[in-house]
Amino acid sequence: MTETVSDPYASTTDSAEGPVFTVTGQDWDTIDASAVEGDHLVINMGPQHPSTHGVLRLILEIDGETVRDARAGVGYLHTGIEKNMEYRTWTQGVTFCTRMDYVAPFSNEAAYVMAVEKLLGIEAPEKAQVMRVLLLELNRVSSHLVALATGGMEIGALTVMTCGFRDRELILDLFEMITGLRMNHAFIRPGGVAQDMPAGGIEKLRSTVRLLKKRLPEYAALCNANPIFKGRLKGVGHLDLSGCLALGLTGPILRATGYDWDLRKKQPYWGYETYDFDVVTRDEPDAYGRFRVRLDEMWESLKIVEQATERLAAMEGQPVMVADKKIAWPSQLSVGSDGQGNSAEHIKHIMGESMEALIHHFKIVTEGFRVPAGQAYASVEAPRGEIGCHVVSDGGTRPYRAHFRDPSFVNLQGTSVMSEGGMLSDVIVAIASIDPVMGGVDR
Amino acid sequence: MVDAKGNKDERDQGTKTQDGSHETQAELVKSDAVELEIVEVREGAFGIHGTGDTSGFGGLTRPVMMPGASQRPYGGWYDEVADQLATITELDEAIEKVVVDRGEITFFIRRHKLLETVTHLRNDPVLRFEFCSSVSGVHFPHETGRELHVAYHLLSMTHNRRIRLEVVAPDDDPHIPSVVSIYPTADWQERETWDMFGIIFDGHPALARILMPDDWPGHPQRKDYPLGGIPVEYKGGTIAPPDQRRSYS
Repeated sequence: MTETVSDPYASTTDSAEGPVFTVTGQDWDTIDASAVEGDHLVINMGPQHPSTHGVLRLILEIDGETVRDARAGVGYLHTGIEKNMEYRTWTQGVTFCTRMDYVAPFSNEAAYVMAVEKLLGIEAPEKAQVMRVLLLELNRVSSHLVALATGGMEIGALTVMTCGFRDRELILDLFEMITGLRMNHAFIRPGGVAQDMPAGGIEKLRSTVRLLKKRLPEYAALCNANPIFKGRLKGVGHLDLSGCLALGLTGPILRATGYDWDLRKKQPYWGYETYDFDVVTRDEPDAYGRFRVRLDEMWESLKIVEQATERLAAMEGQPVMVADKKIAWPSQLSVGSDGQGNSAEHIKHIMGESMEALIHHFKIVTEGFRVPAGQAYASVEAPRGEIGCHVVSDGGTRPYRAHFRDPSFVNLQGTSVMSEGGMLSDVIVAIASIDPVMGGVDR
Repeated sequence: MVDAKGNKDERDQGTKTQDGSHETQAELVKSDAVELEIVEVREGAFGIHGTGDTSGFGGLTRPVMMPGASQRPYGGWYDEVADQLATITELDEAIEKVVVDRGEITFFIRRHKLLETVTHLRNDPVLRFEFCSSVSGVHFPHETGRELHVAYHLLSMTHNRRIRLEVVAPDDDPHIPSVVSIYPTADWQERETWDMFGIIFDGHPALARILMPDDWPGHPQRKDYPLGGIPVEYKGGTIAPPDQRRSYS
């Protein structure tokens, strides 16, 4: 252990806890560990490891193949979204928070917008609420597909991965059609949504749902009774109800313990109480149970999507933004010969017809609206559990403070208790069953 | 522009607002600090400061008021929870004030009584707030002696209720007891609040930074911590970083 190599990334050094080796893969034979006593090792997994869902670092204390101690290190993707939101208008805040949990962007927007609307004391028009529900549920399906896909990939089931991303693409196409973007939509805004349904949207929704219903059974056929799949997932990452409540875990992890806690049913918002769907539970609090809960939840979400589609079909021409001109975004977007921009009628109105309309447009776009002083907490059932948003207003045009309770962040605290005492390979399965998205964890 | 001393005078008078809506509340409610709802003083209008303002609006000075303490009855199950908290005898000191606003109830808890309060909130069958949703901080640099606030959002799944606890601490003594022993889920959330605000949670098992690097100086979510950023040039024009652009007061 006296060797001194100048390369800081591939050297052997001594520390207070013992010698430190750096291995980067397929180079174990270059390590002379003969002087180390016992099999006790502390290894760093990540932050750039393909199996840890992005930049998650795991510090594992292992004894042979058995994990004695597991700690998660986070923060590698911290971008200061909450701080940035304090320097933008209330409407621009949506653009920031949608980038947190980038696999479920609509849930981020929904929690924030719900809190802001609570502070304003306004309610979005019915059609906007239906569109929000539609997008949230489509997003739940696409998010669960990613969970299945990455979870499958990590245990070597590459077919699940290719199928998952193939079907997610269908939903991203729908998002692109409705919001203009595949991710980071900033579509749900205080007071409603940014745009009305596009022409032909209803038909596209119907045909995609039909296709998804044809394809979803493939996952069940491939995995549910697959002995290898069950062998890797069953009994792994066990966490019972009391453990979930103590550590704050929600979403499919909580419902896999048999408790039917779902904010869509328990504290319904935006008309969820009027949709016909069931809360999926399962009495298998392990990775397999969580997989099955996610699988079944996609069917329930499709049920809601179908109902929302039919409602939208009957709501053509209804407003998607509150009538209050002091809050509503003044213009609608349209695609012209020179690209996307404000609609031609709106430009004509503010540039040629009404000075006051121009001033109003300028004021609301640059200055924004004021929100009465106070604070509010709103929570939404995101695909990963409860996403909460605590916003504080000082009566100004910007959030004084916005804090997000991200389900990935809280759920990841279950890592230690799910992995300790198990095999090293099961750590991957346990974390895949938590399904953390590091953009949401680190914000 | 009103100078710093003028600001202080305005705040010392405490309860003056333009519409007078808050003027009576301070007399009715016993609270640790009468001026506590004033979190800031807003000056001027349209973001103009100093010269250049010919409108006269630049002379405006308005205190920013948070919703004041509420009077009984609070309505609905709020009273049931408040009554039950009040019947627990060790806790009569704990509640500083109660604010009901926008359909949410907030209990301001004195920090030395926080642990006892959350223990009862979790264990009492009438209260049974078994789930701690969120812990986060807010920094109010203008609230002298009460600059740091920590908001706990508790959820009772048994009764399907949510409440908020708010605990305050001064900047020069940023200590608040940790609730990790009652709600283990607060572990990372208190670490984040320490990281972002510099609030020390006494009794936390390992209060280390979580989102920022271990050796990071300062606590980014505090209001005296700058956002940072550089000006951006575009087609000959220069756009200031976000924290130096016009802000509307």
